[in-house]
Amino acid sequence: MKDIAVVSFAQSDCRRDAGACNEVELIMPVIEQALQEVGLRNSQDVDFTCSGSCDYQQGAAFAFVMGVDALGAVPPIKESHVEMDAAWALYESMLKITMGQAESALIYGFGKSSPGELPTVLSQQLDPYYLAPLWVDSVSLAALQARVLLDRGIISEQDMAAVVSRSRANAKANNPHAQLAGDVSVEELLAEAEWVAPLRKHDCCPISDGASAMVIATVERARSWGRPFAVIKGIDHRMESHNIGARDLARSASTELAAEKAGVANGAVEVAELYAPFSHQEIILSRALGLDDSTEINPSGGVLAGNLMMASGLSRIGEVARHIMNGDIRRGVAHATSGPCLQHNLVAVLEAA
Amino acid sequence: MSERLSQQFELGYTYTRSTGPIVGRFLTELRQRRIVGTRGDDGRVYVPPMEFDPVTASALDEFVEVADCGEVVSWCWVSEPRDSHPFDTPFAWALVKLDGADVPMVHAVCAGRDEMRTGMRVQACWAEETRGYITDIVCFEPEAQGKGP
Repeated sequence: MKDIAVVSFAQSDCRRDAGACNEVELIMPVIEQALQEVGLRNSQDVDFTCSGSCDYQQGAAFAFVMGVDALGAVPPIKESHVEMDAAWALYESMLKITMGQAESALIYGFGKSSPGELPTVLSQQLDPYYLAPLWVDSVSLAALQARVLLDRGIISEQDMAAVVSRSRANAKANNPHAQLAGDVSVEELLAEAEWVAPLRKHDCCPISDGASAMVIATVERARSWGRPFAVIKGIDHRMESHNIGARDLARSASTELAAEKAGVANGAVEVAELYAPFSHQEIILSRALGLDDSTEINPSGGVLAGNLMMASGLSRIGEVARHIMNGDIRRGVAHATSGPCLQHNLVAVLEAA
Repeated sequence: MSERLSQQFELGYTYTRSTGPIVGRFLTELRQRRIVGTRGDDGRVYVPPMEFDPVTASALDEFVEVADCGEVVSWCWVSEPRDSHPFDTPFAWALVKLDGADVPMVHAVCAGRDEMRTGMRVQACWAEETRGYITDIVCFEPEAQGKGP
């Protein structure tokens, strides 16, 4: 795939409950900001628009169509949607550009999780015969995975709490949109009660309402806009079996493969933004990506500081792009995930132009 | 002043869906209080049965009957059950590897918090009336003393 430029990125605050604010009202400000940063007026000024969301969150078929109101209904535009995190809307947009059918694209992801009980909603996306009738929720499945790691001695509860402690501190220092931020020690975290043992509540990402948006383009088009941009040098996504019993839950084979295909090891990784909804998963992912102490992991706090369901993956890519566009770093890695226990993983390598 | 208009509405699907020869066989066997799996290309027995091998993607059709008891491979403790959960008092979700199976299945375990441990033996607790659903297994319970492989 040829190089594609990330030109702008915007994300809303992560809020536990956006109240009466509907999906369109969550989307419009981030779209406007992402377009304005490039000097574009509206979605007429890009060749393609693609969104990511989940109809289960709104509880209605084709609910995502209402999101299109944020773009304006007329005149018609070339537009698409993925029933996935918007990181995969970015992937579709890159394919569109690579095929020569567009030179620029607007991508947005949104989720208003507050009206429902998200872990329960997600249970209904599982195998319809073997799992959905049990209503086994996303937190419980992650807890089964954490126990595998603890039982095998691969990680300790201290390791998990250290991930949370660093997330909160990073969010406090760097992320004005975070829902959970602050200084909390490993000892304080471990003193908290277990929730879905072995997980404590702080091991689980919070539930958040919000949206994020991004503008991408060919490198030539990005240059013509005269703004700093980051370049996506590699991107790949891989999926594992939906049967969690059939997977080795202690590692992420699909992330390992995606990392290899995306070329993560072809240079130094200064920053990595990983979509790890549970503390132990950040450790699985950083190992799958071959990261060590030389990489700053989740300087934003990651999704443990705020999880915009269906937009958090795009936000990970946007966070890394922003570091590059600001000139802070020259190379970073972003990751997005979907499905129970890290079933489906996307890895992107971003570099300075 | 203004009358509120309302009408009964029932969301329904006016068709039935076949579960097919693999999932259907599993569910039908549950009605007889038997548990079957399928053998994967690498010889591993998947319970519940998988229709396609997760590695090679080839269609699987060799059924293997397994026991209704086995070992807890991993578990978590639900201290605050959700409304949707099958029990309203604390219970465990577990990965249970049944005797004769190689791949564990997700189901609930009803036991005391202190009884739960990885490697514990459990046996299926069957519904009084089995209907061909995964919930025909109400849960797994700690195996009675003296039983086991």
